[in-house]
Amino acid sequence: MESVGSIIMYVIIALSIIVFSVLTVTTRKILRSATFLLFTLFAAALLYFKLDYEFLGAVQIAVYAGGIVVLFVFSILLTSHPGHNSERLVSRRRILGCVAAVATFAVVAWALLMRCGQALASLPQMENPKIHEIGLALMGTGEYQYLLPFEALSVLLLACIIGGVVVARKR
Amino acid sequence: MEITLIYYLIPSLIMFCAGVYGFVTRKNMIAMLISLELMLNAVDINFVLFNRYLYPEQQEGMFFTLFAIAIAAAETALAIAIIINVFRAVKNINAADLTEMKH
Amino acid sequence: MFLFLGLFGNKLSHRMAGILGTCGMGVTLALAYTVAFTYFFSGNPEFVSATGDRLQSVIFNIDWLHFYDKLTIGIGFLLDPISALLLVVITTISFMVHLYSNGYMRDHHGVWETGFQRFYAFLSLFSFSMLGLVVATNIFQMYIFWELVGASSYLLIGFYYTKPSAVSASKKAFIVTRFADLGFLIGILILSFYTGTFDFGELNSAAMGAVADHSYTAPIFSSMQGTIFMGGSVMTWALVLIFMGGMGKSAMMPLHIWLPDAMEGPTPVSALIHAATMVVAGVYLVARLFPLYLLEVTSLEIVTWVGAITALYAAMVACTQVDIKRVLAFSTISQIAFMMVSLGVARPEIHEGLGYMASMFHLFTHAMFKALLFLCAGALIHAIGSNDYTAMHGLRKYMPVTHITFLIGCLAIAGIIPFAGFFSKDEILAATLGNSTLVYVWMSGVAGLTAFYMFRLYYLIFWWKEHKIPQGHHAPHDQPWTMTVPLVILAAISCVAGMVPFGEFVTWNGEPYHIHLDWTVAGISLAVAVAAILLARVMYRKENPLPQKMKSAFPRLWTWCFHRFYWDELYYFITHKIIFNGICRPIAWFDRHIIDGTMDMLANITQKSSYAIRGLQSGNLQMYVWIYLIGVLLLGAVTAIVVIAL
Repeated sequence: MESVGSIIMYVIIALSIIVFSVLTVTTRKILRSATFLLFTLFAAALLYFKLDYEFLGAVQIAVYAGGIVVLFVFSILLTSHPGHNSERLVSRRRILGCVAAVATFAVVAWALLMRCGQALASLPQMENPKIHEIGLALMGTGEYQYLLPFEALSVLLLACIIGGVVVARKR
Repeated sequence: MEITLIYYLIPSLIMFCAGVYGFVTRKNMIAMLISLELMLNAVDINFVLFNRYLYPEQQEGMFFTLFAIAIAAAETALAIAIIINVFRAVKNINAADLTEMKH
Repeated sequence: MFLFLGLFGNKLSHRMAGILGTCGMGVTLALAYTVAFTYFFSGNPEFVSATGDRLQSVIFNIDWLHFYDKLTIGIGFLLDPISALLLVVITTISFMVHLYSNGYMRDHHGVWETGFQRFYAFLSLFSFSMLGLVVATNIFQMYIFWELVGASSYLLIGFYYTKPSAVSASKKAFIVTRFADLGFLIGILILSFYTGTFDFGELNSAAMGAVADHSYTAPIFSSMQGTIFMGGSVMTWALVLIFMGGMGKSAMMPLHIWLPDAMEGPTPVSALIHAATMVVAGVYLVARLFPLYLLEVTSLEIVTWVGAITALYAAMVACTQVDIKRVLAFSTISQIAFMMVSLGVARPEIHEGLGYMASMFHLFTHAMFKALLFLCAGALIHAIGSNDYTAMHGLRKYMPVTHITFLIGCLAIAGIIPFAGFFSKDEILAATLGNSTLVYVWMSGVAGLTAFYMFRLYYLIFWWKEHKIPQGHHAPHDQPWTMTVPLVILAAISCVAGMVPFGEFVTWNGEPYHIHLDWTVAGISLAVAVAAILLARVMYRKENPLPQKMKSAFPRLWTWCFHRFYWDELYYFITHKIIFNGICRPIAWFDRHIIDGTMDMLANITQKSSYAIRGLQSGNLQMYVWIYLIGVLLLGAVTAIVVIAL
C-alpha cells in the first residue's frame, strides 16, 4: 500500500502529463504550445523526483525547462508574428493524425498487455543514487561506468557548437 | 492501492501518442520539433521507469536518460539554428512549403 | 634545354629565349665536336685498334629495364664512326638553324612571331632526341628516341597551329610515320625474340662473324635458322619490317606522302628536320644494322629497289612543282633514296663495302647542302612572303648573298666538281656500278634529273625575267646577319666537304678505306650533270615559251608529275573510301549501337526507375513519418498474428 500523499502525487503527475501533452499538440498558438511543453517537462521532472532520481530530475529541469524551452521560445518569437494563429487544420489531416496516434497506442498497449506480469511489478526499495556516485560512474572506465559515452557526447556537443556557429553566421 | 509500473506507463504512452499526432499534423517546423521533444521525453520516462521498477540495483536507464537529455539539447539547438536560417532565407517555416532545394 | 625553355619560356623575353637556345646548342656543338675529334684523332686504344680499325665503343650503358636475365633494356652512349659523324652533322645544322631562326622568326620590322619561345623549346627537344637516337646503344633505346623525334617533328610541323593546312600536315606526318613505326616495332620484337638481345654491339659483332664465314653459327642466330614465315626467313621479315620504319621516317615510297606536306612548318624546321637530320634517321637505322642486313641479301635488294624507284619518282615530281619548298622536299626524298640505294648495293666483296661509306658520305654532304638550300629558300620566302616561285623571278640583283649561296648549294647537289655533292654522289654511282649496271644507269639518270630540276629552280628564281616589285612593297633585300651568317658558313662547308678523306673515317667494318676516284664514272656523271644544267639554262634562263612547249609535248606525263602521281589521292581513296567505309563504319556502328546501346540501356533503365520512385523521395518529413508508422503498424500486426497463431 502506498501512502495517500504518494497517490495524490501520482494522480497529479499522471494527469498533468496527459493533459499538458495533449494540449501541447492541440493548441493553435505556437507559444502556448511551447508553454504546455514546459509544463509537461516539469511533470516529467516531478516523476523523476518521485522515483527517487533527484539528480535526473534536476537535470531535466535545468536542461529541458531552462535551456531547450527557452530556445524554443526565442525561435518562436523570431519566426512568428505575435498573435498569429496557425491556420485551422483540415479535418482530413486531423483524422489521419488521430488514426496514427490511436494505432500507435493500440500496438503499444497490446504489447504491454502481453507482458502483464512485468507491467504489474510493484515499486521495489532503492537507495537514492548519490551525486558523487553518479560522478564517479560518469568518469570511470570500468563496468557500469560511462567515460566513453561521456567523451563521445562532449565531442558531439563541440560539433554542435561549431555547426551552430557556422549555420547562424552572417554571410 | 498500489501504484504498479503500468500506472506510469500509460501516461507516458499517451504522451508519446500525442507526440506522434502533433508530428504528423502540425505544419510549423517548430511545432514539429516540440512534438519530437514530447516523444523523446516519453521514451526517457520509460527508460527511467523500467530501470526503477525492474532493475533497481542498476542505473543504466538513468544514465541513458541523462545522455539522451544532453543529446536532445544539442540536437534541438542545431535544429533551431537551421530553422532560423531557413526562415531568414525564405521567410517561411512550413515544412510542406520548403521545396526550394528539392531539385 | 627543352625543359628549361618550355617551362620558363613565357617568362623570358623573346630575345633571351633565342639567345639561350642558341647558346645551349652552341655548347652542345662544342661538346659534339670534341667527342668526334677525340674519337677520330686521339688514337686512344678504346677507339682505334692496333691495326688501325675503328671500334665501336660504349661510353656508358646502364640497365634501365631489367625484364629477366636474358632480356634487359639499357640506356647508354654508343660511339662509333657513324654516330660520331651524325653527332657532328646534327649539332652543326642544329646550331645553324638556331642561329638562323633568330632572324627568320621575326617580320621585317623586327617583331617576333608569337610562340617564339615555344619554337625554341621544340627545336631543343628535337635536337636532344635526335642526338639520343644516334648514340643509342640498343635498338629499343633507339626506338624510344625515334618516337620522340617523331613527336617533336609533329609539334614543329604544326607550329602554326592556327593554320588548318599546318595542322592537317602535322597529323599526316605523325600518322604516316606512326604507321611505319608499327612495322619497326614488330621488326624489333621479332628480332629480339629470336636473338634475345636488343644490343647493337652484340647483334652486329655476331652478324659480322656470320658474314665472315658465311654461316649462322653464332649462338644468337641459332634459333632463327630455318624458321620460315610466308616464304621468307624470319630474319628477312624482321629486317624488312625494321626497314619499313626507316621508310616512314625517310619518306621512301610509298610512305613518302607526309614529307611534302611537312613543309607547312617554319622553314628552319624544314631545314633541320625534314632535310638534314630526321629524315636520314631511316638511313642511319639501316646503316646501324648493316651487318645484319648483309646476312640477308634479299632485304638489301628490297632496300635498293625501294630507294631506286623513290629516287626516280621524286626527281620527276620535283621537275614540275611550283612551290619552292616542295621542290626541295622532293629533292630531299630523291637524295635520301640515293643513300638507301647506296646502302642497298654495298657488299663487302665489292670495293670493300664502298656503298656503305658512300651512303654515309652522301648523308654528310647532303645534310650540309640541303640545309643550305632550305635556309636560302627561307631567306627568299622571308623576303618575298610567298612559297610560290612564280612570284620570285629575277632576284639575283636584290639578294646577292642568297644568290651566291643558293648557287653553291645547287652546284653541290648537282654534283659539279669540286663541290661536296660531286664526291659523295660519285662514290654512290661507283658503288652501284660495282653491283649492277642497271641500277647504275638508273641512278645516273636520276642524278641528271636532279641537276636539271635544281637548276630549273635556280634560274626561275634568280633569272627568268626582271623582278616586278608589287606596289607598296619594299624591294627584297638580303636578310640580317643572323640569317646570312649560317648561309655563308654552310656554303663554305658545302664547297670543301667533298675534300674530306671520308673513307678514312667511316666504313662498314671500321677498317680505313682509301677513296680513289673512278674517273670514268666521275666523268660520265659530270657530263650528265653539265648537260642537264645546260638544258635547264636554255629553258629557263630567259623568259621563253620552251617550258610551255615541253609541257604540252608530254601533257599526260606532266600532269601526273604535277599531281605527284596521284599518291595523295590514292591514299585518300584507300583511307576514306575503303578503310573508313569498309571497316570503320561497321565498327563505329557496332560501337554506337551495340556497346553504347547496352550502356545506354542500363543508364535508361536506371533513369526511368529513378524517375518512377522519385515521388517517394519527396523531402516531406511528415510523409516519411507516415510511411514509417505504417511500417511499424504492419510489423505490429504481423507480430500479433504470429503470436495469436502460436
